[in-house]
Amino acid sequence: MAHSAATASDDASPIAAALPEGKDAKAFHRMVFIGIAVALAVLPLILYPVFLMKVLCFALFALAFNLLLGYGGLLSFGHAAYFGMASYISAYGAKHWGLTPELAILAGTLTAALLGLVFGALAIRRQGIYFSMITLALAQMVFFFSLQAKFTGGEDGIQAVPRGHLFGVISLADDRVLYALVALIFFAGLLLIYRIIHSPFGQVLKAIRDNEPRAISLGYRANQYKLAVFVLSTTLAGVAGATKAIVFQLASLTDVHWSMSGEVVLMTLVGGMGTVFGPILGSFVIIAMENYLAQFGAWVTIIQGVVFVVCVLLFREGIVGLFARLLKKPL
Amino acid sequence: MLKRLLLAGAAGALMTAAAQAQTPVKIGVLNDRSGVYADISGEGSVVAARMAVEDFKAAEKGLKVEIVSADHQNKPDVGASLARQWYDRDGVDVILDVPTSSVALAISQVTREKNKAFVNSGAGTADLTGAQCSPNTVHWTYDTVALANGTGGAMVKRGGNTWFFLTADYAFGQALQRDTTAVVTKNGGKVVGSVKTPFPTADFSSFLLQAQGSGAKVIGLANAGGDTINAIKQAAEFGITEGGQAIAGLLVFSSDVHSLTPKVAQGLVLTEPFYWDLNDATRAFSDRFAKTFNGKKPTAVQAGVYGGVIHYLKAVEALKSAKDGGQVIAKMKELPTDDPLFGKGTIRPDGRKIHDMYLFEVKKPGESKDPWDLYKTLATIPGNEAFRPMSEGGCPLVGKS
Amino acid sequence: MTMIFGVPMQALFGQLLLGLINGSFYAILSLGLAIIFGLLNIINFTHGAQYMMGAFVAWMLLNYAGIGYWWALLLAPLAVGLFGVIMERLLIARLYKLDHLYGLLLTFGLALIIQGLFRNEYGVSGLPYAIPSELSGGQRLPFMFLPNYRGWVVVASLVVCLATWLVIEKTKLGAYLRAATENPTLVQAFGVNVPLLLTLTYGFGVALAAFAGVLAAPVYSVNPNMGADIIIVVFAVVVIGGMGSILGSIITGFTLGLIEGLTKVFYPEASSTVIFVIMVLVLLVKPAGLFGRTA
Repeated sequence: MAHSAATASDDASPIAAALPEGKDAKAFHRMVFIGIAVALAVLPLILYPVFLMKVLCFALFALAFNLLLGYGGLLSFGHAAYFGMASYISAYGAKHWGLTPELAILAGTLTAALLGLVFGALAIRRQGIYFSMITLALAQMVFFFSLQAKFTGGEDGIQAVPRGHLFGVISLADDRVLYALVALIFFAGLLLIYRIIHSPFGQVLKAIRDNEPRAISLGYRANQYKLAVFVLSTTLAGVAGATKAIVFQLASLTDVHWSMSGEVVLMTLVGGMGTVFGPILGSFVIIAMENYLAQFGAWVTIIQGVVFVVCVLLFREGIVGLFARLLKKPL
Repeated sequence: MLKRLLLAGAAGALMTAAAQAQTPVKIGVLNDRSGVYADISGEGSVVAARMAVEDFKAAEKGLKVEIVSADHQNKPDVGASLARQWYDRDGVDVILDVPTSSVALAISQVTREKNKAFVNSGAGTADLTGAQCSPNTVHWTYDTVALANGTGGAMVKRGGNTWFFLTADYAFGQALQRDTTAVVTKNGGKVVGSVKTPFPTADFSSFLLQAQGSGAKVIGLANAGGDTINAIKQAAEFGITEGGQAIAGLLVFSSDVHSLTPKVAQGLVLTEPFYWDLNDATRAFSDRFAKTFNGKKPTAVQAGVYGGVIHYLKAVEALKSAKDGGQVIAKMKELPTDDPLFGKGTIRPDGRKIHDMYLFEVKKPGESKDPWDLYKTLATIPGNEAFRPMSEGGCPLVGKS
Repeated sequence: MTMIFGVPMQALFGQLLLGLINGSFYAILSLGLAIIFGLLNIINFTHGAQYMMGAFVAWMLLNYAGIGYWWALLLAPLAVGLFGVIMERLLIARLYKLDHLYGLLLTFGLALIIQGLFRNEYGVSGLPYAIPSELSGGQRLPFMFLPNYRGWVVVASLVVCLATWLVIEKTKLGAYLRAATENPTLVQAFGVNVPLLLTLTYGFGVALAAFAGVLAAPVYSVNPNMGADIIIVVFAVVVIGGMGSILGSIITGFTLGLIEGLTKVFYPEASSTVIFVIMVLVLLVKPAGLFGRTA
């Protein structure tokens, strides 16, 4: 594995790896969490809640992806598969089985977890770019399946998914109520990911990412750890996809297409790979761009391309990575 | 005294003008501006909408019209969230165009939920006025059933009674094949085979070879955009038409044929509701359109946006308000339609706009005088025969009325 | 007539031949991609856009300068190759010391920009480009009608692929290239200008893509999105062949064309997915691709 062994690790997360995390950092992170919680409460007063819900779903998706890339050192090119399949199952469950929203989301999430377990077991056997290509290929098969299977409704997707009543009681028809639920899911997901990263499990992951042979020689079963983080990542991506289906009352081929896998890479890159909070900001920026640039028509993709190029050339550590360096604190 | 009277008169005139300018209307043109349907709809549809507002003399009639536009990238979720934002936040009253069936169906639902108005021009799915019809939606320009009726029926009558389909492996491709098959068999023809092609596909030679091998007299192209163009281009290369087989395009627009050139597309038979060179009114409009739009002639979809805006404004003018989308659509159905591009017509209770369709054949290079001189008219299909009868659509609205 | 799985033998021959023709495009494109990866360690996602540019430059030469197909076959690759050289000098050269990921993201961004600009200028319906008169018409083979142009595509691509392979394997320049792939520092120490070598290699790889674009112009729709769909497939071809393996990419390109051709007969819907199935299987059995070396 001459060149491919130099995985995303060395360059991907220079900040997170370089800075020691002391008590100081923990206190700082607590502040950041409080800041995010306040922002979640205040933002819907200023910004359009549906837009915010979209941002939160994608932010969770990007966080899940970043867990795998930034902390596992594994670049998946096929994360759309888990996001999209979860979205399909959640939409189908809510519409045709009459599941309540929380059960529909759960069903979608479980699907993504199972899919992640199977695909992960295959993919982690290879490293570097080959790992990425296997995940891409498997995701292409999921796309093909989604196109062929009857229940997905072809390119029309599953439409008119009912938002339903949470626990069969609370109606989600009002955007504000739904927003509260989505914000809650997002925040829980963020806390979970933060816990994972800072747990002993997370430490071992980072050790494997930085030097796999050494970790193995220390007695860690690298592959089990990799599979575990893979499944965690796909599960959380599934939560994001399943929630999105309820928010937009729609699941479609867009969610399983490879460009969706590319989009989540972009969000993570812009925000800052290997930073805890980067993907949140990254997805905010990208979704805001898509939303507010839509009126410029064909220029959207050009502007996206320019953002890619600028990010790669000028600030590879991403927006949050840049902040982290300026503040001299891991974020 | 006289002076005071004059002043009072002037003030009164001013006041009525001010009172008249009180009906604000915000039109959103939502379509594909970067993908496969960008040339069929895209910026041209916005140009058409703007021309419609001018021609309607909206300002003189007391309507303050504003037009916004956006790119839905052919993604239903992008389209649906843009529509929500337009309705909730930006005060948009009506959405127009929306090619791509999946996006159109999503927009139709959002529109109904918010009780706004949706006048579709770009999408093909007949479900918009069938099982998924809505009291807030009008389907203006065409649908897959009408295209199948036109092309399928006409080809069989001209002797093309055996068919082979190249079908895009997407719901719209299968709908086109299904609808055309029904027409072909009804007219006594037979479908001898079909092949599902991945969408998009660049190389059709293999599928064309299968079509050739089937011996069918007609090869039906149940696909769209770049796929149709590739298929026709390669059919010419493989000498399909010289071998005696005819090609029938089931979803082809004048911009596609323009891109192919008559040299490659000659003899192709297709159905469209509009062509720039139909009559004096369409020619006059198209010349004006071309002047503001890089010399391009309008497509049927863009023409549909024009017609849709005119009729929508007519309904708003009658109601003096655009706020209740359901009411405006009901008014649109009540009023007879009349515009320079589609002539006189009606809108059925299920939301289907009725006008004539035309069966065209692409001219031979010798007959075509300039790059936009593309079609000769084979037949005019009267509106009442062109579209699916309301009773067969299964629209729940129809049962009630 | 002999039948194979319900398909007449003769039809099968036709399909295989067509598969081979499609494989020609894959072969040239993946060859360029493999050379660039082998030497620069850059996954050139702009390859599809550069293929598209080749076709567009051919169209421009014809419509703005009256220069026909045969000259375009030479000039378009040169022009696009030059563009590649500039791209490499200005942008890509900054990324050599970094992980693959950054090169991939940069070139992906560039592809979006290039495709977007062409789309704004020329729309999406595509532009007409006629088959050169020398190659119009076709041969009636016992099992199918073969347009002359398709025959030419196979011949041209075989010649180009073989010539490239010979240059890399049998000449001194090729020896430098291979040596620089193995150990750039050492080659630099021997006095070879490695940065220049890298630039020229990138330019050549890009020129190959443009050459494929010109070849494609008369038969495929010349539109700004034409490279966006093919790039993922070509990417897969390179991976299956073994990243950076020259011979591997050529052989795999043609082979996968054949396999895809067969799929189009037996399970047409899956013909664009079959390549990915093969990729997973190959990578699971041979971790570095069919012709790649595991270090």
